[in-house]
Amino acid sequence: MHELSIVLGVIETVSESANAANAKKIIATYLRVGALAGVVKDALLFSFEIASKDTPLEGSDLVIEELPPLIFCRVCDKTVELDSIQSFRCPVCDTPSADLRQGKELEIRSIEIEV
Amino acid sequence: MTTRVLEVRKNVLNKNDELARELRSTFQSAGVFVLNLVSSPGTGKTMLLEKTLAALRQRGHRVAALVGDLETDNDAKRLAQSGAPVRQIKTDGRCHLEATMIRTHLEGWSLTDLDFLFIENVGNLVCPASYDLGEAVRVALLSVSEGEDKPLKYPTMFNSADAAVVTKMDLAEACEYDRETALRNIREIRPSIEIIELSAKRGIGVDSWLDFLERKKRGV
Repeated sequence: MHELSIVLGVIETVSESANAANAKKIIATYLRVGALAGVVKDALLFSFEIASKDTPLEGSDLVIEELPPLIFCRVCDKTVELDSIQSFRCPVCDTPSADLRQGKELEIRSIEIEV
Repeated sequence: MTTRVLEVRKNVLNKNDELARELRSTFQSAGVFVLNLVSSPGTGKTMLLEKTLAALRQRGHRVAALVGDLETDNDAKRLAQSGAPVRQIKTDGRCHLEATMIRTHLEGWSLTDLDFLFIENVGNLVCPASYDLGEAVRVALLSVSEGEDKPLKYPTMFNSADAAVVTKMDLAEACEYDRETALRNIREIRPSIEIIELSAKRGIGVDSWLDFLERKKRGV
C-alpha cells in the first residue's frame, strides 16, 4: 500500500501549482491513472481524505480518470484495448503483444481553482 | 469569484523518475550493469544473490549488492559472506525501494570499480512495480511453491519485468508444480519475456542465469 505516499506527492505538487497561480481555493484535482499504474482507486481516495487535512486541499475533490490498457497489435497494425490485464493478447486476432501504449500513467492532469 | 481549470500535466512520480534517469545514466557511464530483483517474500531472492555474488566473483567480475528490507540487516550479513561489498537499505516500514534510497546508499562506492550491482527490492509484488530505480534490467522471481497463477494475480509487476526467474526448481515435484501453466501465465502477462529456471540451493540452472547476466551486460 504505497497510495498514501503517492497522495502526499499529489498534495505537494497541487499545493505548489495552486500557490503559483495565486489560487484562493482549490476545488478539485484531476488525476489520470492507468490500469497498470499499480495503484488502487479506492485506496487513493481514502488516503486523500486523510492526508489532505490541514492542507490547502482539505475539502476539495479528487477526481480519478481510469485509463484502460492499450497495446499495439502488429498483425492488425493498430492500437487496441485489452479486455483485461491478465492477458496481453490482441482481442481481435489473439496475437500476443508486449508493446504497451497506455496503462502506466499516474499523472496530475489539471486542477480546478478559485481565483 | 471565478473558477478556472489549470493544466498541470505532471507525473506523480516525477521526482523518483527523474532521479532514476540520472542514476541510469551514471551507471551507464561508470560501466556497471544494474539489476533490480523483485518478488514476493520468501521466493529466494537472497539465496539466489548469495550464490550469484560468489559465482560471479569466481568468474572474475566485480560485484556489489544493495538489499532492501523493512527491518533488520540479516540479509546484508548473509550476502557479505560472499566477500562482495553489500549494504542494507532499511526502509523503516516502507513497502518498496525508491531511487533516492539507492543514491544515498551508493555514497562512497566507486561505481567504476564494479561490473554488476544487484538491488534486492523489498519482498512485495505490488508497490515496487511503480518505482524505477535506474536499473538496466528488472528481474521478477517466482518460486515453484507460490502457485502458477501468481503472474495473473500481480500482472503489473510481471508486466514491468524484463526477465523472469523461476526459483526452487528442486522442489517442483513436491509442490506439484505445473511448469507449462506457470510459464504460459508469465508469457500471457509479458509476451516473449526471457525465463530462467533454477534452484540456487542445489546449483541447478545457475550457470544459465550467470550466462544470462554476462550476455545482458554485453548488451546482447
